[in-house]
Amino acid sequence: MKKAFIAILLLCILLLPGCHGTRERNEFTLPDEFDTSRDYEITFWAKNDTNKTQTDIYAKAIEDFEALYPNIHVTIRLYTDYGRIYNDVITNISTNTTPNVCITYPDHIATYLTGENTVVPLDAVMDDKKYGLGGSEVNFDAPKRKEIVEKFLGECRIGDHYYALPYMRSTEACYINKTYVEALGYTVPDELTWDFVWEVSDAATAKNADGTYKVNGQNVMIPFIYKSTDNMMIQYLAQKNAGYTTADGQILIFNDTAFDFLYEIKSHVEKGAFSTFKISSYPANFLNAGQCIFAIDSTAGSTWMGSNAPLSDIAEDMFVDFETVVRTIPQCDPSNPKMISQGPSICIFNKEDTQEVLASWLFAQYMLTNEVQTAYAETEGYVPVTTKAQESPEYLDYLSRAGEDNKVYYDIKLLATQLLLDNIENTFVTPVFNGSASVRDAAGQMIENVAKSVRRKETVDAAYMEKLEKDISSLYRLDRLGPSSGEGEGASSGASGELPAASKALLITLCAVWILLAGYGVYTVLGRLKKKKD
Amino acid sequence: MKKIIVMLLVLAMVLSLAACGKKEEPSGGDNTAAPTTAGSTTETSTPAPTATDEPAKPDTTADDPSKKGEGVMTYAEYAAAALDTQVVVETYVQAKQSWWEDKATVYTQDEDGAYFLYSMACSQEDFEKLVPGTKIKVTGYKSQWSGEVEITDATFEIEEGSFIAAPVDVTAELGTDALIEKQNQLVVFKDLTVEAQADGSAFLYNWDGSGSHDSNSDLYFSVSVNGQTYTFTVESYLTGNDTEVYKAVESLKVGDKIDAEGFLYWYNGVNPHITKITNK
Repeated sequence: MKKAFIAILLLCILLLPGCHGTRERNEFTLPDEFDTSRDYEITFWAKNDTNKTQTDIYAKAIEDFEALYPNIHVTIRLYTDYGRIYNDVITNISTNTTPNVCITYPDHIATYLTGENTVVPLDAVMDDKKYGLGGSEVNFDAPKRKEIVEKFLGECRIGDHYYALPYMRSTEACYINKTYVEALGYTVPDELTWDFVWEVSDAATAKNADGTYKVNGQNVMIPFIYKSTDNMMIQYLAQKNAGYTTADGQILIFNDTAFDFLYEIKSHVEKGAFSTFKISSYPANFLNAGQCIFAIDSTAGSTWMGSNAPLSDIAEDMFVDFETVVRTIPQCDPSNPKMISQGPSICIFNKEDTQEVLASWLFAQYMLTNEVQTAYAETEGYVPVTTKAQESPEYLDYLSRAGEDNKVYYDIKLLATQLLLDNIENTFVTPVFNGSASVRDAAGQMIENVAKSVRRKETVDAAYMEKLEKDISSLYRLDRLGPSSGEGEGASSGASGELPAASKALLITLCAVWILLAGYGVYTVLGRLKKKKD
Repeated sequence: MKKIIVMLLVLAMVLSLAACGKKEEPSGGDNTAAPTTAGSTTETSTPAPTATDEPAKPDTTADDPSKKGEGVMTYAEYAAAALDTQVVVETYVQAKQSWWEDKATVYTQDEDGAYFLYSMACSQEDFEKLVPGTKIKVTGYKSQWSGEVEITDATFEIEEGSFIAAPVDVTAELGTDALIEKQNQLVVFKDLTVEAQADGSAFLYNWDGSGSHDSNSDLYFSVSVNGQTYTFTVESYLTGNDTEVYKAVESLKVGDKIDAEGFLYWYNGVNPHITKITNK
């Protein structure tokens, strides 16, 4: 019986090494040769807009790649929002069932990196002579490293390493109903300022005696609608050289500039001059119906904007005819414009089989070829991330044909695209660390809360702002971020937050049992020693 | 005695091993509105769903759903309330669309009308309690988004009572101004004819065919009645690709005659979320 008990105890000890929530992997090392004698199954989780042309491009890219590498089979899973990809990846990290290749944002990669060796660092991979960017053994015409826009590649750097390749880039633009601006007695400037937008928006709220708006004769007019209020706050703070976060995760958003901006927004919401996507709906819907004058959205939303927009959510009979112009987002200092750089990147997840990872890297690299880059960029107001594609005869020809039709050469799309090409050096990204996505959400939520409170006739004053800071900090757990919490080191921290209570209880139980076992062992040994002595 | 102690220690370790582990929690809040139909591109994230089943059969047992508690609005008072004002309603869960990071989106209805609760504060534990028929008292703000009237920034408490709505036939009201009065209610449309999409198919994954079954994309299909054609949706957050209605729509052929039941959702016009298809 005693032996049976000891046997069970030993079995439990052997099982203990299996008790952990995260499986660890070895650091990836690029194989010397790609084993073409084997077949590889690669999963690709891709994000696209609800745009069939984009999904068709993915399908063709896979078909063309598989023709070049018949031993690599790519299975695609389509998503239409980054949040779902993020959620699914997080869920699959602990069970080692992540995809091989994934469209993602650097903010999200920072959280993926809390798993050990989860995401493949690309520094050595990119520079490998045989299989790196444009390497000698790559079966297609891939861009060399110097042919990727350095600024875009730099945005994929987290801490000391590159963890992604840029795939597409966009920024935000202001789509303007020029007809209405001029009807109000103003002229659209070449460089938009916040003062101009606020002034014209306020002016557009004037009504006729019957309650319709003077500028459009309709019952609805929201002059200024912003799609992504997180970008709105982030870009304003950058333009004002005010704090947002530090590179190591210190939260700086609750500053005077931010609160002054909120009070400014408050004053215009009170007049009915400003609203947001979350409150009112897509800026494009209102713009196209003649119910909005300044619609701010991504350049990758340009095909939805304007009287002749090829894509639309509103009935045809709701469209109003007007001239649309495209400008950068409003600036504090037009001589020093600043705007966000955004758009999908591609990361590769580490696997036990290094050949499988190499196959994944080859596919990821294929997504940077001119064929894929130009085709995908032309579906929306994206720009290719390689100078190789940007300077290709095909792409330059595309850029030169604005207005030839209202589909591929839709003029608003090409204007938005050119806007980004002209302003690449004026774009910026925010620091990336574990939790940086939360800070971004918090920044936007400040504007949403103020706008909603104003609409609900709540008092927005100093006491309100003080409570707003507390509520936002709590909601997004901002007090858990930052360098003091150990979570501000980005990729290198490996920290991922406090253990749940259940895990703590279980670990304490385990420790207590071991202490008792050790104590029993010591007691037994001492007892025997004493007997021997006696 | 020693054997008992050792056994207890072994049991404690085995039980600890079975549950040992740390659950990865994704960071950040997510308060982006999730349009249930196509829209312009976005660079921001949207909630991930927890799919639920179709609504239960009609049941008018338990208390009188027309009786309201103190301080609670009648449906008429709710309907008359201005947008962006606080509302307090008592209503009954009919179906759940999604739960994500302590927020739930729920279809609810009482005897007089329906209330769509968007991103209501709700723990996962409480979300499991919101089975069809559950009575809840909801405090929130009346809002409107793309024509859809809903209650936002809401909290709730569960009360005693149960009510499951019977679907109302609104076929005759399609295309009329009267239809909007039934917004968000459980309704049925009868004797519809399935019309072809632009590519000749009977339905599309996503509004433009850009989705797929494996991606659990929304389904869009067109039906005609009385000479007019309308777009209906299978909202995958509500009824995903493993549900009967999803498969039923995937099996539709152009020209089929069907009845369609679902919630009278609104997105820039009538855009029902279909939960049941009956082939004639």
